[in-house]
Amino acid sequence: MSKLTVVEGSYAVAHAAKVCRPDVIPAYPITPQTHIVEELSQFAANGEIGACEYITVESEFSAISALIGASAAGARTYSATTSQGLALMHEVLFNASGMRLPLVMTVANRAMSAPLSIWNDHQDSIAQRDTGWIQLYAEDPQEAADMTPQVYKICEDSKIMLPAMACFDGFILTHVYEPVVLLEQDLTDEFLPPFAPEHILDPSNPKTFGAFADPSIYSEFRYMQELGMSAALKKIETVADEFNEIYGRYYGGLIDGYYLDDAEIVLVAMGSVIGTIKDVLDELRAEGKKVGLLKIRSFRPFPTDAIRNAVKNAAIIVPLDKSISIGKYEGALCTEIKASLYNTKIDIPVLGYMFGHGGRDIPPERIKKIVSEAEKAIVNGITIESSYADLREELL
Amino acid sequence: MKEIRIHGRGGQGSVTAAELLAVAAFEDGKYSQAFPSFGVERRGAPVVAFTRIDDKPIRIRSQVYEPDYVVVQDATLIDVIDVAGGIKKDGLIIINTETDTEKLKNISAKVMAVDATKIAMDVIGRPIVNTVLLGAFAGATGEIRLESIKKAVGERFSGKIGEKNVAAVDAAYKAMEAHA
Repeated sequence: MSKLTVVEGSYAVAHAAKVCRPDVIPAYPITPQTHIVEELSQFAANGEIGACEYITVESEFSAISALIGASAAGARTYSATTSQGLALMHEVLFNASGMRLPLVMTVANRAMSAPLSIWNDHQDSIAQRDTGWIQLYAEDPQEAADMTPQVYKICEDSKIMLPAMACFDGFILTHVYEPVVLLEQDLTDEFLPPFAPEHILDPSNPKTFGAFADPSIYSEFRYMQELGMSAALKKIETVADEFNEIYGRYYGGLIDGYYLDDAEIVLVAMGSVIGTIKDVLDELRAEGKKVGLLKIRSFRPFPTDAIRNAVKNAAIIVPLDKSISIGKYEGALCTEIKASLYNTKIDIPVLGYMFGHGGRDIPPERIKKIVSEAEKAIVNGITIESSYADLREELL
Repeated sequence: MKEIRIHGRGGQGSVTAAELLAVAAFEDGKYSQAFPSFGVERRGAPVVAFTRIDDKPIRIRSQVYEPDYVVVQDATLIDVIDVAGGIKKDGLIIINTETDTEKLKNISAKVMAVDATKIAMDVIGRPIVNTVLLGAFAGATGEIRLESIKKAVGERFSGKIGEKNVAAVDAAYKAMEAHA
């Protein structure tokens, strides 16, 4: 335990960003992301990030715009945001991916207003699903820290060149104090090569980024982004392995499993609830229940093949979502898992639950109740495809 | 695993107390986790923070519902909050109170009272009791070594303030050890 030190999750992530040697950090504070950028502004002011330029901008819209300018000029960039801040960036998120700029941004996941909530769920990043950004989700502060150099290495690959969000749960992970290994500068330098893009904005060699595209060429630009995402599928796996070789820690590549091999009931989840589920599964396995967990680490690119392979022997699949598509009454994992299984020979019922919205706590008992409902659904079939697991009926 | 719930009011340093407990437990060679209850941060409003201590890495991320120990920084909270809520059968509540032990009789759990405010005024010179109660916690429960609490507190607060807080931890520890 000698390398471990008790720090706040936000500090672990800010420190991880620091050792990735960013050149430019434009950031705007917003709860629960604030501690990350406070720490980074302190590091920058102390001269601990070399010649890094920390830009205090007047909004998230400015932050993402500055990120684009800096990245196009060849700088490695970093920023962090959440919720309304991420939503304010929405329009420019498309520009970043369309211009093939490998921005790295930590998202401290938080619910969307109204009603105002500063607490955790996944609605903010899920709502940015189609902006062409890679999205990875971490289950604990260590994974969130370790994910930072990993996403740089993934998105700066010349075959990928797409921006990435490293998502971890606001408050639950940003504000927890626990033992974490702070990323070593020498190991990070060994793991992550300097940013060396093939194309940059350079007055001596003028190029145009994000130019006008008429209907005869537009689709091809979009298709090439898809090719970048496809390349990321493999890269996310190899980068996780390379990280493991150098640092000795591994959290899965695109996905990870817990008691998955012989599981009849497969819970599917992302983020901090993974830890609680693992504890519950230890208990249920001791009782002889064949329950397993499929952790989704990469939401974009969506690991369709890996998921099909992981769930193919299950009796029932139970996606657990911290988001909702209102009008479809299900969360993003539920919709995408079902879509992944269609047009295959896999015919397994999918029983979706939504919970933990707006920071509502997810106690172990809630997971156990979901498992017992899944057991009944194996026998009796599914009557409701998707529902809230923690709705307070008395308030309706 | 041992689970601790800390009740206080905004501004009393409950979250800091939970963090320092986690740091001290780690110093003892254990795994730990500290986090605030995710409420609105306002001075004076009731605040809850949690610490978990275990021999193995801690994965659970839900709030603490059945604490082994409860620390109450402000006895006026007893009227507003069920400080004993969910406490384990052999659990213990440590309450900062002056002499008002009458109210404590209504609490349905084992209670130990400490006049942390007096210790804070005597030793630190200000009525800030969060670090004092950490000393009391170590003395009453034996879950964490006194030296580890003192190290965590001493490293968090620098200079004279740090020294005074460490001395207050010591005083509270001895006061509780005598009771326990």
